[in-house]
Amino acid sequence: MDLAYTPEEEEFRARLREWLGRALPSLPPKPSPDDWPGRRAYDLGWQRRLYDAGYADVHWGASPTVRLIFLEETEKAGAPYVGANFVGLLHAGPTIAAEGTAGQRDRWLPPILRGDEVWCQGFSEPDAGSDLAALRTRARRDGDDYVVSGSKIWTSHAEVADWCELLVRTDPEAPKHRGISWLAMPMDAPGITVRPLRTLAGSAEFAEVFLDEVRVPVANRVGDENDGWRVTMVTLSFERGTAFVGEVVACRRVLRELAGEARKNGRWDDPALRRRLGRLNAEFRALWRLTQWNVSEAEMSGGVPGVGGSVFKLRYSHARQELYDAAADVLGPESLDLDRPWVLDRLSSLSYTIAAGTSQIQRNIVAERILGLPKGR
Amino acid sequence: MRFQLAEDQRALRDGVREVLARCFGPEALRAAVDDPGRLDRALWRELGAAGFFALRLPEARGGVGLGLPEAVLAFEEAGRALLPGPLVATHLAAGDVPGAATGEAVVTAVGNGLVEWLTEADVVQGDAAGAVPLRAVDPLTPLHRVPVGAPVSPLAVLLTAAEQLGSATRTCELAVQHARVREQFGQPIGAFQAVKHLCAEMLVRTETARAAVYAAAVTAEPADIDTARLLADEAAVRGARDCLQVHGGMGFTWEFELHLHLKRAWLRTHRAGPATESEDRLAAELLTESA
Ligand SMILES: Cc1cc2nc3c(=O)[nH]c(=O)nc-3n(C[C@H](O)[C@H](O)[C@H](O)COP(=O)(O)OP(=O)(O)OC[C@H]3O[C@@H](n4cnc5c(N)ncnc54)[C@H](O)[C@@H]3O)c2cc1C
Repeated sequence: MDLAYTPEEEEFRARLREWLGRALPSLPPKPSPDDWPGRRAYDLGWQRRLYDAGYADVHWGASPTVRLIFLEETEKAGAPYVGANFVGLLHAGPTIAAEGTAGQRDRWLPPILRGDEVWCQGFSEPDAGSDLAALRTRARRDGDDYVVSGSKIWTSHAEVADWCELLVRTDPEAPKHRGISWLAMPMDAPGITVRPLRTLAGSAEFAEVFLDEVRVPVANRVGDENDGWRVTMVTLSFERGTAFVGEVVACRRVLRELAGEARKNGRWDDPALRRRLGRLNAEFRALWRLTQWNVSEAEMSGGVPGVGGSVFKLRYSHARQELYDAAADVLGPESLDLDRPWVLDRLSSLSYTIAAGTSQIQRNIVAERILGLPKGR
Repeated sequence: MRFQLAEDQRALRDGVREVLARCFGPEALRAAVDDPGRLDRALWRELGAAGFFALRLPEARGGVGLGLPEAVLAFEEAGRALLPGPLVATHLAAGDVPGAATGEAVVTAVGNGLVEWLTEADVVQGDAAGAVPLRAVDPLTPLHRVPVGAPVSPLAVLLTAAEQLGSATRTCELAVQHARVREQFGQPIGAFQAVKHLCAEMLVRTETARAAVYAAAVTAEPADIDTARLLADEAAVRGARDCLQVHGGMGFTWEFELHLHLKRAWLRTHRAGPATESEDRLAAELLTESA
């Protein structure tokens, strides 16, 4: 049991740090949150820089520890987060790498890594959220194509995406987990309508996607026909397993900034608030240790991240909300000003116990898959 | 970075668990509860012979020569088994107090306003003048109040956190076992989400505390130890309460071992002084560069 990194890992860290020190000052200014084309260009531009410097495939090409170091260092340096590349780099990419054919890997992986193409995730439907396997979007086979009709909802980044990892029902007669397939759908295909939805944070972060007789080549199916649920589980394990590492580092930075702000505005003298920040420090320190624990476990077992990701996701999503609630108490009445730092973060943190599987669903997973409690009826 | 138990650490943990099952199993626990306030000297010597107290003492000085992570694993098992006695004080005295390492001597230490096992101890570290006995809530830990407390060492805080972790692990296990077999309304209660989610949260608290406690054992840094303490206290106390809830009326009985876990967990939360002091230190740390 140790927390030491190998000389190679330390060397990777040093090289990355040095490169970030050179690369970040020349970064273009950050676009406004509502400027979607601007955000796309900014995020892809950053990915391209990573690609040219040889860091692009760190999310699924490197060892878990190297990836941890990458996320830690980029966050510490204040580098851009994956942003619009989220689904491509963290879900679709690793899924295609694990489940796709050689041809599919050649077609889709390099553009993700080079920052040429953006992906979105078309899993949820109006009547299939937590109960994802209840999805109804139909794909009928017609020659070399699937003809897809239905609708998806809460699709993040749909407006700027080139591809969608789409779950469709290919066998309506089969039991609900059995008749699903995983398709890569080009977002410019005829028959797709994207209608942005406004989030409670005010911006159009996600969208409804309507699919009317959209033709998707059968060759775009990843995994076997009707075996999409298994492929989906692979995708979700990536989503829950490792997607939040950089954010924990960011939360620890926010906490330090909060302490500094409280010192400046006098609220530090309130022992109750101060101790709340102290307890949050313990919380995020522990979450960082849990991250290291999970990463080491993944490293040693050499596989796809396990259900341990649910343990982390549960604790983290609530801690993040407590962090920004504490921020509001540090700010006082200024927490009602959208132009103050942390206020928008407080709003977006509200989604953390919902998106990527609600806390209730995560508790079911922990109880049934780790503790072996019986499934409810 | 290999932040997972190594093979020999796993073996050590299993070994300690076996020793404790042999020398302090369920019957011994019951017997201790029925005859409270007396420290079992034979048990103490057995622990000494097994190397429990001399674990971190260098081999050159007759010890086992292991490190803090191994001690933490051993104390986790002690917490799991509800092993009674001034374990932390005696372990920390090994090498300084003659007989402590072998379990010949029982050592206690004046802590934060309290002394455990004062009348049964051979050696008392600190000033116990004016100690007044009290009717301790934990039947397995006799207590005295002292007018002048003493600061508690970070190592004692960490080993206590390890005991809390063991207790949290055990109560989670007990709750899950019960939830799988106890049936109501024609199905195991563990199939009800209200129960299932209690159990899931117990595991989440335990595993988060585990990462914090093990990390503190590796680094021995003050902020890591404060973190471990806060998380482990939470896991142990709330774990015991949730375990009680999952057991219904049975959880409220003297017969069932659960109350002993809860009472000891409460007691341990006081060993390191008020939790607010840990919080204050961790808050102050946020203003430093190293946070
Ligand atoms: C910001 C954001 C971004 C998102 N991005 C995407 C995306 O890009 N692509 C995509 O496909 N999806 C996306 N989602 C959708 C997300 O995965 C779903 O919102 C989530 O899975 C919950 O589904 P739902 O909204 O239908 O809620 P419901 O499933 O209707 O749940 C409503 C409530 O009921 C509870 N509940 C439901 N079932 C159970 C149960 N069995 N036991 C106990 N409680 C239960 C839930 O916990 C919740 O509290 C996003 C969501 C958000 C908020």
